[in-house]
Amino acid sequence: MSEWLENHLPKVVLAPSFIAVLIFVYGFIGWTAWVSLTRSKLLPKYEIKGFIQYERLFDSPRWDTAINNLYIFGALFIVIAMVLGLLLAILLDQKIRAEGAIRTIYLYPMALSMIVTGTAWKWILNPGLGIESMVQGWGFPNFEFDWLVNPDYAIYTIVMAAIWQSSGFVMALFLAGLRSVDGEIIKAAQVDGIPTWRIYTAIIIPSMAPIFLSAFIVLAHLAIKSFDLVIALTGGGPGYATDLPATYMYAMAFSRGDIGQAASSAMIMMLVVFAIVVPYLYSELRAKND
Amino acid sequence: MAPILDINNLYKNYGATEILKDINISIEPGDFLVLVGPSGCGKSTLLNCIAGLEEITGGTLSIGGNDMTHVSPKDRDIAMVFQSYALYPTMTVAKNITFGMKVRGVDQATQDAKLKEVASLLQIEPLLNRRPSQLSGGQRQRVAMGRALVRDPKLFLFDEPLSNLDAKLRVEMRTEIKKLHQTLDASIVYVTHDQIEAMTLATKIVVLKGGVVQQIGTPAEIYNNPANLFVADFMGSPAMNLIPAQATRNGSGTQIAIARDQGETLLLNDARDLSLPQDVILGLRPEDIAEAGFRAGDGVQEAACMVDMVEPAGADTYVVSELGGKQVTARLHAETSAQAGKMLNLAFDMSKVSYFAKETGERLN
Amino acid sequence: MTDLSMPQSQSQTRTQSAAGKIALRWLLYVLLGLFALYYLMPLFVMVTTSLKSLEEIRTGSLISLPREVSFDAWKTAWSGACTGIQCEGLRPYFWNSVLIAVPAVAISTLLGALNGYVVAQWRFKGANIIFSLMLFGCFIPFQVVLLPMARLLGMMGIAGTIPGLIFVHVIYGLGFTTLFFRNYYVTIPAELTKAARVDGAGFLRIFWSIFLPLSLPIVVVTVIWQFTQIWNDFLFGVSFSQAGTQPVTVALNNIVNSTTGVKEYNVDMAAAIIAGLPTLLVYVVAGKYFIRGLTAGSVKG
Repeated sequence: MSEWLENHLPKVVLAPSFIAVLIFVYGFIGWTAWVSLTRSKLLPKYEIKGFIQYERLFDSPRWDTAINNLYIFGALFIVIAMVLGLLLAILLDQKIRAEGAIRTIYLYPMALSMIVTGTAWKWILNPGLGIESMVQGWGFPNFEFDWLVNPDYAIYTIVMAAIWQSSGFVMALFLAGLRSVDGEIIKAAQVDGIPTWRIYTAIIIPSMAPIFLSAFIVLAHLAIKSFDLVIALTGGGPGYATDLPATYMYAMAFSRGDIGQAASSAMIMMLVVFAIVVPYLYSELRAKND
Repeated sequence: MAPILDINNLYKNYGATEILKDINISIEPGDFLVLVGPSGCGKSTLLNCIAGLEEITGGTLSIGGNDMTHVSPKDRDIAMVFQSYALYPTMTVAKNITFGMKVRGVDQATQDAKLKEVASLLQIEPLLNRRPSQLSGGQRQRVAMGRALVRDPKLFLFDEPLSNLDAKLRVEMRTEIKKLHQTLDASIVYVTHDQIEAMTLATKIVVLKGGVVQQIGTPAEIYNNPANLFVADFMGSPAMNLIPAQATRNGSGTQIAIARDQGETLLLNDARDLSLPQDVILGLRPEDIAEAGFRAGDGVQEAACMVDMVEPAGADTYVVSELGGKQVTARLHAETSAQAGKMLNLAFDMSKVSYFAKETGERLN
Repeated sequence: MTDLSMPQSQSQTRTQSAAGKIALRWLLYVLLGLFALYYLMPLFVMVTTSLKSLEEIRTGSLISLPREVSFDAWKTAWSGACTGIQCEGLRPYFWNSVLIAVPAVAISTLLGALNGYVVAQWRFKGANIIFSLMLFGCFIPFQVVLLPMARLLGMMGIAGTIPGLIFVHVIYGLGFTTLFFRNYYVTIPAELTKAARVDGAGFLRIFWSIFLPLSLPIVVVTVIWQFTQIWNDFLFGVSFSQAGTQPVTVALNNIVNSTTGVKEYNVDMAAAIIAGLPTLLVYVVAGKYFIRGLTAGSVKG
């Protein structure tokens, strides 16, 4: 018995975690998938009725808004955060003084919760007392900046806050990438008399392709899961102008009592995440096993 | 006496890949067995199988007369020295050496005594309170050996222990390992890819290739009578000359004809009573080709050869000449007058020649 | 990093380009400074606002310093602000977060260390598949498990309780903690485990005597990562808690978005700072490890 235990202890140790993951990740996904095919409302029903929930979902104007918002938010957030992150990384890479301190400043928002970030920006963007009134006080009485409460623009305030929160992290990723470029290649280019900006565009940035991919994956993942920031900043409003799939799902699950809709919207979110993450993880794991 | 290590029909597969095929090895107490072969030949896997760190797929394995085929490493009464030394980084040298005894519940007094004994044997007393990161490569090597010695096991296993050392230190440690073997009369299985290490240390060598044993024998047997072309080529430096030749029966002996690019065919006579096929590969070590007049004996035959290259190497001078389409190396004395581009009379010691079959590469004589 | 300043070959252009270089340097520092202001501005506004009186907030500018520093807002935020009907401030919820985070971090880190040790050093058939499955689990949007988890917690009788939240955080933290330790332990040569096995040590002994003493850096990274994740969590907190067991993020959101009475922006800001302080402190004290976790957790290193 003790011999058997000694030989199988590694498996015994791993087993509880593995079983937990099987049940609480894969089993639960299965449960949600199942329920998304039923007529569940306030309570789950287990009789499969086909894709009616998905039909309802795609007919729902609120879901339509959420998906549109995800496109706008995702695209702007990813592109701007990447550009800003890369720019900051390149600026920081110029052998500057106090690099550590500056890096710390650029990155600290990442340590804050989205709720704290949302609270801060909600105050800054407050039309009556925030930036708007500040600029008006500077002698521009006609200055208007009411995006937070304007249904057409509120989604952009979420982009602003999210970029503030996450761009420093992209900077850190890119900076690590810049520093890992082989110094001899750069020296060789310098000896060849290639201008600095060309060294960046022709040598360094192309060699960072994997980091661009990583940054993209992380940001896309963050965008799709975005929930707390919206809740704290706009609460999904005005109306449901800033709903994202995550807030839609939450509203269906916990305030509207529409489990079928909640399950089907969660499944769509998961499919989007998996479409992005699975090929990436698969290639990463493969590369490592070879 | 019962063999200290007895391996019978051992097989090892990883999935569908056969790593080791039908290995049969047996060594006596006090033997120094060296497993040698190119990288990927399965020698380290075999050592891991002996240690019990890898389960074997088929066959049996016994240590000190006890069946150990499915026994876990800790119960095999072995100790092992690793290529990377594998010293426990957070423990001091003393703790590294006594860890095994501590795990086994040996009492403190015995631990201290053993530690003292081994430390003085290996001259590492001043290092006992240091951490592995504060030691040089040679010192780490000593500590790793100390960790094995203190256990006083039936069998020592060494996995390429010298390959991380620089050339000079490697030679020093090699001598030291040999001395230790002699003083302790220990039984050792030692893995290396370095054929010189194998020759100098072993009482018995196993040459492996592709998971198959090529030859088992004493260093002299392996060196003088290689079992096939692979062993002939692998063991010895510079390597044995392997020259395509034609053999014809000539009275009681054999006439050997070696084609040459320039000049007439080289004809040599081997007086031994051999029965060879027509196409053979002739194997002759560089030291068995000398300058004419510097080698005497029954089998010695002289012939003029064109010198293509002269390489002085201090104690010896190597001379390269083209024979049978191969660059043939001869080991001459240092003061030779050989000059590249000139003819030189060389003496071939035909009594030392090995013959191999052209197709199979197996030894013929 | 290599110096990217260009070697100059022509002497006549040297002085001109040296001046250009200095100008470029200045531009660089001005840009860096402006960006630093951008990142610092919200924090600055939060702090100054929290120290102002409501009257001053209404009349003054967003970025002006407080004329009179007052800590009243902090006091209210800590012990008097209303989260819905209750008006006990953030304090009880702050302790809820501590009570959730400490055990959840400890348990998930310990399990992650053991799992990572198995996956990295005791490979058995299927270990890689198990690891991949656990890894994929890190990436699911948690929305997909919210409904069944809510039901399960109900069935287990720990719905809306702190143990329930600890359980949830441990389960969904396992993938990352396992990943961290696995990636750290694969860099440790397998020969070390082999040597210890030959020395007679078993699975747990090797973990305890050899691997754990080596693990301080990765333990720090993992603890910081898990603590930040759990402290900053909102989704699980808002979904699986009830009045009285909410974590600090949920309470903060309730304070800020409670519609009763006068909007006290200074209290909101003080509360936000209090809620963000622990993770901010961790970041300032152990930023190096924080960044390491961040990059390890996102680029599957």
